[in-house]
Amino acid sequence: MAPENASATGLGEPAPRPVLPPGEVVIAIENVTKLYRMGAETVQALRGVSLEIRRNEYLAIMGPSGSGKSTLMNMLGCLDTPTAGRYEFTGRSVAKMDDNELAEIRNREIGFVFQTFNLLPRSDALRNVELPLIYAGLRPAERNARASEALADVGLGDRMHHRPNELSGGQRQRVAIARALVNHPSIILADEPTGNLDSRTGVEIMELFEHLYEEGNTIIVVTHEEDIARYARRIVRLRDGRIESDRPV
Amino acid sequence: MTHEITESFRIAFAEIRAHKLRSALTALGVIIGIVAVTLMGTAINGIGIGFDRSLAMLGDDIMYVNKWPWHNVEDWWNYANRPAIVPEDADRLNRLIAATPESQLDVAVFVGARSASVKAGDYSVSGVYTFGTTADYGRMLTADFAEGRLFSDTESAAARPVCVLGGDVAQALFPGRSSIGGTVTVAGQPFRVIGVLAHQGSFLGLFSVDSQMMMPLGAYRKQFGTRDGNGELRVKIRDKNRLDEAREELIGDMRRVRGQLPGDADNFSINEQQAFKAQLDPIKQGIAIGGLFITGLALFVGAIGIMNITFVSVKERTKEIGTRKALGARRRTILLQFLIESVSICLVGGTIGLLLTYGLCFGVTVALPSLPVEFSPGLAVIGLLVSAMTGILAGFAPAVGASRLDPVVALRYE
Repeated sequence: MAPENASATGLGEPAPRPVLPPGEVVIAIENVTKLYRMGAETVQALRGVSLEIRRNEYLAIMGPSGSGKSTLMNMLGCLDTPTAGRYEFTGRSVAKMDDNELAEIRNREIGFVFQTFNLLPRSDALRNVELPLIYAGLRPAERNARASEALADVGLGDRMHHRPNELSGGQRQRVAIARALVNHPSIILADEPTGNLDSRTGVEIMELFEHLYEEGNTIIVVTHEEDIARYARRIVRLRDGRIESDRPV
Repeated sequence: MTHEITESFRIAFAEIRAHKLRSALTALGVIIGIVAVTLMGTAINGIGIGFDRSLAMLGDDIMYVNKWPWHNVEDWWNYANRPAIVPEDADRLNRLIAATPESQLDVAVFVGARSASVKAGDYSVSGVYTFGTTADYGRMLTADFAEGRLFSDTESAAARPVCVLGGDVAQALFPGRSSIGGTVTVAGQPFRVIGVLAHQGSFLGLFSVDSQMMMPLGAYRKQFGTRDGNGELRVKIRDKNRLDEAREELIGDMRRVRGQLPGDADNFSINEQQAFKAQLDPIKQGIAIGGLFITGLALFVGAIGIMNITFVSVKERTKEIGTRKALGARRRTILLQFLIESVSICLVGGTIGLLLTYGLCFGVTVALPSLPVEFSPGLAVIGLLVSAMTGILAGFAPAVGASRLDPVVALRYE
């Protein structure tokens, strides 16, 4: 598998990749369904999905469009709640949480990385990374220190006061990753993180994720690209709202 | 919470800076509203101050004893048969004042007055408030002398044909030169000018000491006769903070002067200039009602504009709202952010409005120093509060809409 991976990205022999022993259960969903009402029609986006994700896992969720992978990602990210089924995040039932509790889980437990980066255009990198800390209620001095540290960790220590439009695509995504990491979340949830990047920059970003994984972070990447999914240690494939396969890479 | 608020203000001002033209146009309604409300307040303040100034000019420590009260009366027949005020009333009153230990009254003078035309050479001024009084009048005169002096006791007693002119009269009759020693004629009778009062200015045309002519009472009565029903007593009081005591004493003294029995109704009226103040209330109310209407209209239009722009802003930044929610912003945080944005626009507009008003007031003060214009800090506070309220009312609906956005939908919005 490794040689295929290397030829696909054209980058030669990759280094041997360690697999960390999984820790306690972070996410447990059981028989989750999700219905959408689109006008008069009802669309069943998820038809009974069960999944368990442990700390120190690196998971890719794959599937063609319409497979329910976006719905599952929104659910995992606590942006949405299931129509039926059980969802526990570190033992707490998410299905019954109100908006404020969900906002707090998103703030403290989940680090989002979006395909389109979603940085605030008029704020510099540091301000963008500080945002989750503002919502967490941290004091300015501490916010500043932690955001600077997070930016240094992704290799942007010298770009802290650049605005998004003064940064390259790869740098922007690294700011977004720093923002995702800054509150030390339980999981990092990346939605097509390389979708808006050229393949070379995409590889850089995936190597950053690899590094973060090896440092002990739990990462979930949602993608439709096999090459990207192969960076993960486990791939979950969805089709028609159901899990088609779930196996290690 | 406080961090969220300071952050919201920071974002709000960044947004205003980023959309300068849009913000300026939006703030226009608020600017006009605040200018209207503060100008109205300034005008009302100014009227009050101008009035007080006029009162002080004429002496706000003077009470008037007249046959008629200054306010309109329905039962005029009860007043018509009152005895006229005569100079002897002043003499008797002054004797009572002198005999009263710790009297609240200082001195009383008789004033006989009428309107007359005054001439000097080719120049003539009509409608001059011409009055005769005694030298004691000097004790209640608030104006300074630009030149010369008041007539003396001797001149007064001898009914010498001398006079003191108000500033405007002197200027009109003797343009560009001193009037002291000059001669003016009233109804063909010559009077020598011995004094000119310093120019004092008038307010709303209510009073003007500048267009008066003062002469010894004897000379006045020689000229205009003794049967002058317009005679009045002017009584100076010692302490204007103890008006009520002074009034009581004056009423008691006047009843003794008139020899009235207990149970008789007073056959004179005590008048005070403070009573004029009440007559200004309808003017003030008129300005307030008109001003409130304009202010309300301007602020309403401004509020609609701000509501509209906040709706647009929410729509434009739907994806940003989704991102913020994904990063942990609560509904309250988003609500607060957009409310603070609309409040900030209103506060910026309000501040500009206040500066404009301040500038206008300053300009008016420089151009027309006699106009009493007073821009008070209280008005600034009211202006800013009104601005903030407008922002909250206008921003509420769009801000609630933003706070209720579904993060999934908002993130997908392009």
